[in-house]
Amino acid sequence: MMEANATAALSPAKRLTPRLAAWAALAVVACGLPFAVTGYHTFQLTMVLVYSIALLGLNMLTGYNGQISLGHGAFYALGAYTAAILMNSLNVPYWATLPASAAVCLVAGFLFGLPALRLEGLYLALATFALGVTMPPLLKYKHFDAITGGSQGIVIIKPDAPFGLPLTGDQWLYFFTLAIAVVLFVLARNLLRGRVGRALVAIRDHPIAAEAMGVNSSIYKSLTFGVSAMYTGIAGALGAIAVQFVAPDSFDIFLSISFLVGSVIGGISSIAGAVFGGVFIVFVPNIASQISKAAPWAIYGVFLIGFMYLMPGGVVAFLRVATAWARRCFRKAG
Amino acid sequence: MNIFWEQVGSGLVTGGIYASVALALVMIYQATHQVNFAQGEMAMFSTYLAWSMIHAGLPYWVAFALTVLISFIGGIVIERVIIRPVENAPVLSVVVVFIGLLVIFNSLAGWIYTYTLKSFPSPFPSQPLFGFRYVSPHGIGAIGVTLVVLVLLYAFFRFTPLGLAMRAAAQNPASARLVGIRVGWMLALGWGLAAAIGSVAGMMVAPIVYLDPNMMSGVLLYAFAAALLGGIDSPGGAVLGGFIVGVLENLVGAYVIGNDLKLSLALVLIVGVLIVKPAGLFGRALVTRV
Amino acid sequence: MSFKKVLTPAAVAIGLVVSAAPAVAAKHYGPGVTDTEIKIGQTMPYSGPASAYGQIGKAEAAYIKMVNEEGGINGRKIVLMSLDDGYSPPKTVEQTRKLVEEDQVLFMFGGLGTPTSTAVHKYLNAKKVPQLFLATGATKWGDPKHFHWTMGWQPSYQQEAKIYAADILKNHPHAKIGVLYQNDDYGKDYLKGLVDGLGAKAKTMIVKEVSYETSEPTVDSQIVQLKGSGADVFVNITTPKFAAQAIRQAYDIGWHPVQYLNNVSNSTGAVLKPAGLEKAKGVISTAYIKDASDKQWDNDADMIKFQAWMKKYMPNDDPANNFNPYGYTVAQTLVHVLKACGDDLTRANVMKQAASIHHLKLPMLLPGITINTSPTDYYPLEQLQLERFDGQNWELYGNIMGK
Repeated sequence: MMEANATAALSPAKRLTPRLAAWAALAVVACGLPFAVTGYHTFQLTMVLVYSIALLGLNMLTGYNGQISLGHGAFYALGAYTAAILMNSLNVPYWATLPASAAVCLVAGFLFGLPALRLEGLYLALATFALGVTMPPLLKYKHFDAITGGSQGIVIIKPDAPFGLPLTGDQWLYFFTLAIAVVLFVLARNLLRGRVGRALVAIRDHPIAAEAMGVNSSIYKSLTFGVSAMYTGIAGALGAIAVQFVAPDSFDIFLSISFLVGSVIGGISSIAGAVFGGVFIVFVPNIASQISKAAPWAIYGVFLIGFMYLMPGGVVAFLRVATAWARRCFRKAG
Repeated sequence: MNIFWEQVGSGLVTGGIYASVALALVMIYQATHQVNFAQGEMAMFSTYLAWSMIHAGLPYWVAFALTVLISFIGGIVIERVIIRPVENAPVLSVVVVFIGLLVIFNSLAGWIYTYTLKSFPSPFPSQPLFGFRYVSPHGIGAIGVTLVVLVLLYAFFRFTPLGLAMRAAAQNPASARLVGIRVGWMLALGWGLAAAIGSVAGMMVAPIVYLDPNMMSGVLLYAFAAALLGGIDSPGGAVLGGFIVGVLENLVGAYVIGNDLKLSLALVLIVGVLIVKPAGLFGRALVTRV
Repeated sequence: MSFKKVLTPAAVAIGLVVSAAPAVAAKHYGPGVTDTEIKIGQTMPYSGPASAYGQIGKAEAAYIKMVNEEGGINGRKIVLMSLDDGYSPPKTVEQTRKLVEEDQVLFMFGGLGTPTSTAVHKYLNAKKVPQLFLATGATKWGDPKHFHWTMGWQPSYQQEAKIYAADILKNHPHAKIGVLYQNDDYGKDYLKGLVDGLGAKAKTMIVKEVSYETSEPTVDSQIVQLKGSGADVFVNITTPKFAAQAIRQAYDIGWHPVQYLNNVSNSTGAVLKPAGLEKAKGVISTAYIKDASDKQWDNDADMIKFQAWMKKYMPNDDPANNFNPYGYTVAQTLVHVLKACGDDLTRANVMKQAASIHHLKLPMLLPGITINTSPTDYYPLEQLQLERFDGQNWELYGNIMGK
């Protein structure tokens, strides 16, 4: 009783401040890091952002809408190759490849989502698995060699900082990716916190009730596939520019599986989870290699299982529980 | 025309590989309503255990029997120790645990046995029987073993009280507990049987494809497709699905689109079938009550 | 003129000369080098679909361990930092950047794979970091004019394929050729070499080309297709597992063409034995390294030394695996270059020494084959010898081909 009164007595400004402070701190760290670390680490951070965007796409589809995808690597590849081909063959500037990749993947995702409407659970998993497995052979197909570069891949040149800004290529790319990521995340947040998000969750949890309430399931599901593919495709384009190289075998089924693993570990039905997932994908394999030179992936597997024991709902769910518990402890103490 | 039948023959042999792994997948699915993505790697690891035994001097059938037994026990242990803690976790979290197992088995095999190719003996004679050249004797033998396992499995689920109890535990754990079925041990038993079937699959496959840690990585997708094509809850369907996938892939590669895209086309066809018949060829359509 | 006025400038002059002298013999160190160690970097696929090739890295590390135990090079130990890239180019970029920018290695050594090495090709050349002795036979690495800092090691795939093409034109001029190749840069590079080597006759002689992916369980179906095409010469461009399957399957279905096998997969113990020695009888290949599972080298002093090294430093590994003598020999080339650098261990000098190897004979290379490089010739090994399998051993025949 007293606690409730105490919180009510706090003015809105006081309640907001810790949150605002946290966001401000995050912004300062995010913007300051590239100047404090080497180009290599900046590159890694850029990749964390790239994978976060990709995972956000997957979270939308699998977490919020319940449509499992074991093949999102294919959309990542599609976005990456679109960017690479445009930059290499048509000399399109790097920033212009993003809308192109987005458009291509949006359409591709929607077109895949349409027939996938008839498939549920395991069957959808198989269909998406098939998509993920098909991508490398398609990219290597000899009749496409002239555009795709075949097995040799395509080399891309990294952009320099524009307008003569005193930033290295790595730093500029990081900030560019950061800006895109922020925009995409805010967009996703508005989408998923509103009517659309509620419709998606309703379709996931109670499809028949949702239909009965007037939610056009087919359109929503197909569109979600499209938007999800679009996000992952944009990530693919950014990734291609950062790595400066695309080749068919970089986009194999293990990439799709890594996306799923990263999403689940971060927290598949959340937006922030995508960032934790991105951090996991980039850093945990390296940590595993340091622990065991001989069988690093065995250590990685142990990490996976351990994470699922400790945090079956992902890092985000765990943090939610942990902060609630911490708050309770503070209140009791204070 | 000869070549056509040779393609069919070789398709039946690879189909047999897919069928046997698909059987293990169906087994686990019927017992736990989950698809174990680590099935292939577990089978591969069992095969390495058999190889170690044969290399140490044990006769083939002794090693075979011991491997099946050890795999059975291993499967039970894995279920009780590793899968049990996440029993109530969301489906995708369990999938991540499976992926973790997959990666662990693959990495351990590579570390312990290195990546050099190893040959694995076949218990079947090496000369073609009756001069039948379209399928090798080992191929016929392996297909035969798969069919025997299938029949045993079918009989187990259909005619034994234990099999019935396992199906009940998977379909409706709560009700099953009410009638006295130890659901936890049913799940463990399911895993044990699946691991045992997997080890048989591995030992039949290894003489054909040679033993190395990545032996089963390519097979899993086909086995998964085969199991779904046949109906994920139908062992017979899974086996038939395996043969269909094997032959289809070969014929598509040889006559339709060339090897580069045969995988893509085969998968498109399978997905097409699933769109038309969502429960697979022999599966039972699930009817959800509102 | 006072004596002092002459003395001071003379003293200064003498002082200058004296202080300049040690500068001539001074040490020049690039990044990663101290008086006691030389740090070099490497990326290798220790996991993933190409993990079999990780064995090369393992062998190289074991050889370097032996060198270090015997005192190192000019008193310095070699620290080989070999990181796993899982054969994934983005990972290769990450690991390479880590090694160059964070660990400050002197140069990159023996990276495996064409797409992986391509991913860091421009970066390393832009940063002027040597990319030495790449473990791939892609022809494009020998381009000193455009990529001064990159060098391969083994005879290129195209060159090997051209040798087969020449042999076919000479001994089987009316052949119908069927080709099985792995559907990636390695397989396609071989195929190109074969086609180029056959010249105008390629179109008429090659009756069927079939590919396979490494994710496929078997290549049995592809062999059936080749048999059905009526080919009587079979060019087998496969990695060990699939090579064994192909040899066995061809024999089992009653197809007995003249078979040319690429030298990646011609190990007697690791490939032919699993396939069935009698089934591999008559297969033709090329070699530049001694096969440790071939009995003809049993009494060869260098082979005995190699086997002893394996026993001591890689007791759990299989000498029959061709990757082991390969790694052993590349490591020896590395040691040769580092020794030649003396105390001038800068990146520029490493590259200079790597581009000035003259007739280097190494123990596991076939007799008559040497390593040669020059500022315009970035192909260390260009010689191969044809060999035919007689059911028990590989019988070398003909002359050593290549430069």
